[in-house]
Amino acid sequence: MSRDAPDDVRETVETVYRVESRRVLATLIRLLGDFDTAEEALHDAFAAALEQWPRDGVPASPRAWLVSAGRFRAIDALRRRARFDASLGEIADRIAESTAVNEAAAEHELADDRLQLVFTCCHPALTPDAQVALTLREVCGLTTEAIAHAFLATPPTLAQRIVRAKAKIRDARIPYEVPARAELTERLAPVLHVVYLVFNEGYAASEGDALTRPDLTAEAIRLGRLLAELLPEPEVLGLLALMLLTEARHAARTSADGGVVLLDAQDRTRWDRALIREGTALVERALTTRRFGPYAVQAAIAAVHARAATASDTDWAEIAGLYDVLAELEPSPVVELNRAVAIAMRDGPAAGLARIDVLMSGGTLADYPWAHSARADLLRRLGRTSDARSAYQRALALTHQEPERQFLAGRLRELGA
Amino acid sequence: MKYLCLIYSDESQWPKLPKDQADTMMAEYGEFTRSIKESGHYVGGHRLEPTGTATTLRSRNGKLSTTDGPFAETKEQLGGFYLIEARDLNDAIQVASRIPGVRFGSIEVRPVAEVPANVAR
Repeated sequence: MSRDAPDDVRETVETVYRVESRRVLATLIRLLGDFDTAEEALHDAFAAALEQWPRDGVPASPRAWLVSAGRFRAIDALRRRARFDASLGEIADRIAESTAVNEAAAEHELADDRLQLVFTCCHPALTPDAQVALTLREVCGLTTEAIAHAFLATPPTLAQRIVRAKAKIRDARIPYEVPARAELTERLAPVLHVVYLVFNEGYAASEGDALTRPDLTAEAIRLGRLLAELLPEPEVLGLLALMLLTEARHAARTSADGGVVLLDAQDRTRWDRALIREGTALVERALTTRRFGPYAVQAAIAAVHARAATASDTDWAEIAGLYDVLAELEPSPVVELNRAVAIAMRDGPAAGLARIDVLMSGGTLADYPWAHSARADLLRRLGRTSDARSAYQRALALTHQEPERQFLAGRLRELGA
Repeated sequence: MKYLCLIYSDESQWPKLPKDQADTMMAEYGEFTRSIKESGHYVGGHRLEPTGTATTLRSRNGKLSTTDGPFAETKEQLGGFYLIEARDLNDAIQVASRIPGVRFGSIEVRPVAEVPANVAR
């Protein structure tokens, strides 16, 4: 990079990089048809900007300038290398030709290609691990090291995963396109799942000392906003709403000593009202379409909680009803568990306990710590102290996350164990 | 770009299929083949005889060994294939998902490696 750029232009380039680089990259990937070529082109384009903008001034549309600079540099580089590998010359000609056609439709050039890129990164032909890694790397621009750290993998393992995924995209020719309407629901599912996974990993880090990883929740919400802006499908809005309403409780969820504070004990004045307003409005938008799915229903449940000024004001009848809908849309033991807890709050602990016991006799939740801890809580409220104690002990034995362990140990102490 | 669609299913179930269902299946395959010929996707395709008819060869140190049966014993066996020409993987998936066998077994979609332009053929 050039060193004689005045500071203010250098700053402008840095700002443009932060705001526009992922979008420029997405367009370059579409135009050049290859991740690595596009990444190199992106690099070269910004190097050129540092050199030329101080001399010629910042262009009116920096993004368009960067796309076109990146493209020309990629074509140049391919032609230079063509001396050693003739096939690259053909590729360069093909890109030059196809982009000349695109030039006629300059508007197309400025289209937002990030949505296509998300669908490529989350293609069902890639493994879920690779989908997450590739999306965070290519769409969010996280470094390989940061992703490896977040998902407790070594950087070489993660880099390898990304390299393999890119090779599959190239060799199996996974296209850069938003799926047709008829396939949209099916193809949107892994995209939403990736965003949700990233959010969840940030919200409830599966291992380690820290309860949350705010960097990941922020990335997931940024992705959710981008999707909602480009593709406002009901489930996209529902997922964004769910993330916002969950994030709104963030500050109240951790105690001063880093422990977990459950919903009913949280200081609700610390909930983020702006996020709740935004999330609630999105839920309503999603529900009125009548094409909503599980994310919107989960968001609706979060919105009912958000509406209650105190834990005892919670409308449990409505929550139990929403769990009925959710259990129908997406039956799972964990949904049934939450439904049982809602029923316990509506009809009393005995009713909930009976349901949880039936559920757990099926065996699927036997190793799920929160099933034991929910059961323990109901036993405690029914005055069955020694049963409650052994259920908490079972939950504690199954939990590997330090703040959650402390929470369960605290409950056990309260019961005089 | 060419993709090979490999059709796998549990071949031991085939003889147990009632005649009317087997006939329907054959008719569906006929209809599918006709439709992908019409759409320009079809390059080739065949049903294979059961794995019991297979012979597997290996040559090591110049010595040829011939064994009876398929390359590997698997729960589902390769029973046929289509070679198609498709725009990209999404197009290939669209075509492969209409192969009647997808409802009984599995279809593996494999891109055919392209010969680089500068390699003499």
